[in-house]
Order: sequence, then structure tokens, then C-alpha cells
Amino acid sequence: MQLTVNGNPVFVHTGGRDIAPARPAIVLIHGAGMDHSVWSLQSRYLAHHGRSVLAVDLPGHGRSGGEPLGSIAALADWVIALLDAAGLERAALVGHSMGALVALDAAARHGGRVEAVALLGVAERMPVHPDLLTAAHAGEQSAIEMVIGWGHGPRGHGGAQGGGCPAPGLALIPGGRRLMASVRPGVLGVDLAACNDYGQGADAAAMVACPVLFLLGALDRMTPAKAGRSLAACVKTSQVVVLPQTGHMVMAEAPDSVLEALKSFLSLSRG
Amino acid sequence: MAGAKFLKFDTQSLHAGQKPDPATGARAVPIHLTSSYVFSDVDQAAALFNLERPGHIYSRISNPTVAVLEERLATLEGGVGAVCTASGQAALTLAIMTLMGAGGHIVASSSIYGGSRNLLAYTLPRFGIATSFVHPRDLDGIRAAIRPETRLVFGEVLGNPGLEVLDVAKVAAIAHEAGIPLLIDSTFTTPYLCRPFEHGADLVMHSCTKWLSGHGTAIGGVVIDGGRFDWEASGKFPTLTEPYAGYHGIDFAEEYGPAAFIARARAEGLRDFGACMSPMNAFQILQGVETLPLRMKGHIHNARKIVGFLEGELNAGKGAVAWVSYPELVDHPDHALAARLLPHGAGSIISFGIRGSGQGGGSREAGRRFIEALTLFSHLANVGDAKSLVIHPASTTHAQLDAEALAAAGVGEDMIRLSIGLEDCEDLIDDLKQALRAATKG
Repeated sequence: MQLTVNGNPVFVHTGGRDIAPARPAIVLIHGAGMDHSVWSLQSRYLAHHGRSVLAVDLPGHGRSGGEPLGSIAALADWVIALLDAAGLERAALVGHSMGALVALDAAARHGGRVEAVALLGVAERMPVHPDLLTAAHAGEQSAIEMVIGWGHGPRGHGGAQGGGCPAPGLALIPGGRRLMASVRPGVLGVDLAACNDYGQGADAAAMVACPVLFLLGALDRMTPAKAGRSLAACVKTSQVVVLPQTGHMVMAEAPDSVLEALKSFLSLSRG
Repeated sequence: MAGAKFLKFDTQSLHAGQKPDPATGARAVPIHLTSSYVFSDVDQAAALFNLERPGHIYSRISNPTVAVLEERLATLEGGVGAVCTASGQAALTLAIMTLMGAGGHIVASSSIYGGSRNLLAYTLPRFGIATSFVHPRDLDGIRAAIRPETRLVFGEVLGNPGLEVLDVAKVAAIAHEAGIPLLIDSTFTTPYLCRPFEHGADLVMHSCTKWLSGHGTAIGGVVIDGGRFDWEASGKFPTLTEPYAGYHGIDFAEEYGPAAFIARARAEGLRDFGACMSPMNAFQILQGVETLPLRMKGHIHNARKIVGFLEGELNAGKGAVAWVSYPELVDHPDHALAARLLPHGAGSIISFGIRGSGQGGGSREAGRRFIEALTLFSHLANVGDAKSLVIHPASTTHAQLDAEALAAAGVGEDMIRLSIGLEDCEDLIDDLKQALRAATKG
């Protein structure tokens, strides 16, 4: 689905079904240097279980136009503008990594528009290693290698105890590498800087009135589960699910567990 | 400078795609000989059938044992995903059927496996898919052969049986200028010697029967998606970028991003054409892949020794060897390209010409006597076994080609193709020596 938000064309994947007023909306917000396809193992299910799905390509990402926005607050405001453009009063927000900070910030400052929030791979602060920031700004391949390498747990990296993508025949690390390689030059650096600069996580969490689900990878090296739990403690109504043997790329590494948690949290049923 | 660590090729050959079986702790990959999988509930069943969540339904479409091999081969090649098939021929067919329908056109190297040539030249035209064959060194010819309806460029890293080396990067660039992908049959090189995605290829296929399996036990194939080709930007591939009624209007490129091709190949191609790999065969091939790095080192070591021996016979000037072709030889037309593309070795296939005696008949007769005199090399229609093999292509693998097509494929009547195995090299050379003597005696 194509929308226009703040004058720029925006692509929204709807999970194979058009959005409809009868089905409450859920906005899926990807992380740094990625696009809507990171939700490919969830979006179609959600769309066939009672939800209008809007898996967005953030500005400058994927099939959306415009330039990447330089702060989490700007991205959060953009999500609300997206709801306006889609004619939606309220939606549940589900975000991963940078997208989780966006969902959190939107829920804190636009509480009346947000029904519920699910945060995947999240922490109060997401400081980015200086070498990664430098490489991302320079557009070097090593930036992608760092994000993909640090981002995946044993299901991606393999090894004696790991290995085995939940989706038959797919290979997680090459898949992630290709997705990030398709992102336009400069975008990853802007995204990572936005994550690095965001310091309002705890304050935002305290302002959120709606229920919040935290989906954390037990082996996440980028946003450790411990940091996610600390953030959850700042929220009035939170639920924490820690996924074993899972790194930062929770949707790809543990797709069924993510779906089951969302199904329970959002009371999804087929329809 | 900080950096992420990734497991390396030899380690991935042993481990990628697998963990100890969670039910039993089995270290080896279990052979899941089951046709189907119990659904946890009705909703899960419906979701699996509608591609809403990943998982196994029926072993024609996916199987846990086969999935380990698929993920391992995708990892070794650096691809986003793979689909294993009943044979290499099934892999080629699956790739083509996923990309095009009637009216489609392929530009293929003229130096390819005879079975692939048969499929493209004689069988697919019945289904409305035409192929133009171009010599793999004729880059301008490849460019000129591309038509508006062309949907694929296809070649082998090492031509079969002429051992022409395809300039993968340049051919990929030509294909991409036209908005179409390059499919490479990388059977002869395996990911140990060449990873075509790193040179610009978009899709890779193998006959797993050969070096990947390595022991001549199991038939199988694989097609691997590099995940880099932009189907949407090309605009020539409606199977990947337009709604598909077979799954309630799914748009594979929109849904799966870099994995669009391989998702459709499985969801439609295996579902409908059904040329799946048996889990038993997947297990056999996995055993081979575990030792791929070790075996390839041995194959290359022996191949280089045998090339040295044949060169010696050739240079002696009075023996039965008329010529020797191996891409590492300085007089091979693709020597420089092979040095760049295949730094770890140019495979273990060697071609040479057998010289007729002039009394006992021509080269065809000398070839017959040579092959029948061999005691260690096995005369059969395969390559890439741990055992050394020999064949006379003009009378076997390429027998369907007429004289003109034989010449275009670089196959002379005097050509002998050796697939060098892992025996002691001195034993192989002794066998070749006595068979060459027998061939020249007339």
C-alpha cells in the first residue's frame, strides 16, 4: 500500500490483506538499516488474525521515499503522521531495536493514539560502538558485518550447539547481510546515530499508559535482556518474555515464539 | 577497530544449519523419514498452509533433514536460502520455472553439461521456452543474444567438458545491464573453490551428486538464492513481483524481500512440480559436505599431479596424448581468468586428446582401447566421486549432439574426460601409463 506522509511517498506492507476499519490496526516498525521485510514471518499471520497490518518502510528505507529522519522523536512523530495519513485514530505499535525506541517514544508522547506497545530487542539506552558508527557513516561493509555479526545469536551463527533457521532452507546471516546491503547509502549511519543519541528511554517508559510487552533475546549482545528488563521496570503495566537461545534479531531467530507472545498479548484470533 | 566474528568455511561445512536433536541429543543429523507433520491445532495448520508462519507441512515442500542441507549449502555459498531437489537437473528446471513461463528466453553457455543442453535445446521449447547458446568466451555474443523476452543468463564456472572458464563478473554485468539474473551451475567447483555470488552471480545451482556428496552414492541438486537481484526494479519477473493467486494474492518480493526467489521456488515449485530431495539422500550428501574442504584439497592435489604427468607425455611428442586441457596450464586460453577466479584450484576434471595410432584406427578407436585398458579409473557417467572416473563424452554424455553442436560445445571425438579422485596419485599415473601404451599399440 502506498501512502503519502509529510509530503513523501511511503510504502506499507499490509500482510496480504487490505487494512479495514473493522480490524484494529497494528504498526510494525523495523530497526536500523532494515525495512518491512524483517516482519515477513509475522506480518502475514497478524493480518489474518484480526488485525489491519501496517509494516512500514521508514522514510528513506525500502520502498519509501524521503530522507531518513535523524532522531527517535522525529520518527515517533512520523508514525503518528502515518496513522493520520492512513485514517487511523489508534493503533498498536510493535517495534524492533530502533523501531522499539520509536514505538516507546510515540506511546509516551502520543498516548491517546496508541492502544498497546510491543518492544522487541530494546534497552533504555542503545549506545552504538564508535567504530560501528564511524563505519556506518562512511558506508563501509564492515558496518553491516558488525550489525549482522553482533545481532545474531546461535541460530544465525551456528556452531556445535546452535544452527538451524526456523524457516526451512533459509540462512539468517546471509539474509540479514543482503537486506542491509540493499539500504541506500548513508541511511544506516543516520539510524545508528539516532539510536546512540536517544537518552529519554526511562522517562518515556514512565509516561506510557498502555500495556507494554517486552520480547527480549536471552543472548542479545546489542540490547542485553538485562537492560530490557530494567526498562520494563519503568513501565506501569509491562509483561516480559525472554526468548532462550535468541540474539537481537528476535523476529527471524524465534518467529514462532514472537507470534505466540503477540497472539497472547494482543488477544489475536483467526479472522 | 571492532569487528564481528563469523564461523569459517571449514567449520560451517560441519555445523551450519544444525544443532543437536532437541528430542534425543543426537549429534548426527537425524534422518526424518516422514511424509508429514502433526499440526498443533487447526489455527497452526491454516497458518502454515497460508505461509503465515514457518514450518513443515509435507516433505515434498520441506523436511527437517533436507532443511539442514539447504541451510548448510546456502551458508557455504553465502546465499539467503536454498531449495534442494531430486537432482541437479531438477534444480535447473526449478530455477527456470520460477523465473519464467511460455514465451521466455534463456541465453546459455554452449559449453554446459549435456543433460542441461538437452533440457534447454530440446525439451523446454515444447513448453514455449527458447534458448540461445553462445560460446562462454564470446561476451559480445552473450550481450547480442539477449532479447526483450530473455529472462535468464546461464553458464557453468568450468565448462563441461571443455573446461572453459566463465568470466562470472563480466557475464553478470552483461545480464544486469539487461535487467536479468545470472544463474551459475557451480557443480565442478563447489563453494570451496568458487563462490559465484562474490563475483556477481544471482543464483547458483549444483548437482549435489558430484563433489558435494563426493562418494557417488546419492542423486540430488540444489538451487541457491544470492538475494541480491532486485526483481522489483527489473520489472520483468511477475512471478516474483505481482500477486499470486496460488497463495491468496501473495507478492513474494514484497513479502520476503531478498528471499523472494527462493520462497517462490519452494512454495510453488516444490509444491507443484514436486521434484523434492529424499531425506535419505540429504543425509548422504550432508556426510559428504562435512569433509568437502578436505576432499577438495585432495582432488586438487591429485589433479595437478596428473596434469603434470599428461603434460610430460605430451611434451615427449611420441605418446598417445595429443593435447591436455586444464585451466591452470599456461597455454589454456583462460589461464589468467582461472588464476583470479579459482585461486585454490581449477577443479579435478582434466580433458585430454587421445591420438590414434594410424594403424589400429582413428582417435575414436584409440579412445575405446584406452578406456578399456584402464583398471583403476572407472568408466561411467559421473564426475566428482572420491574414486577416479573416465568417460568419452562424444559417445556418452554429449552423444545427442550433432557434429556442429559437438564442435560448438568444444567436444572432439578424441576427447577423454578424467575426474580425478582421491587414490594414491602414483597408482593413478601407473594406470594411465599402461592404458596409454595399450591405446597406441593398435
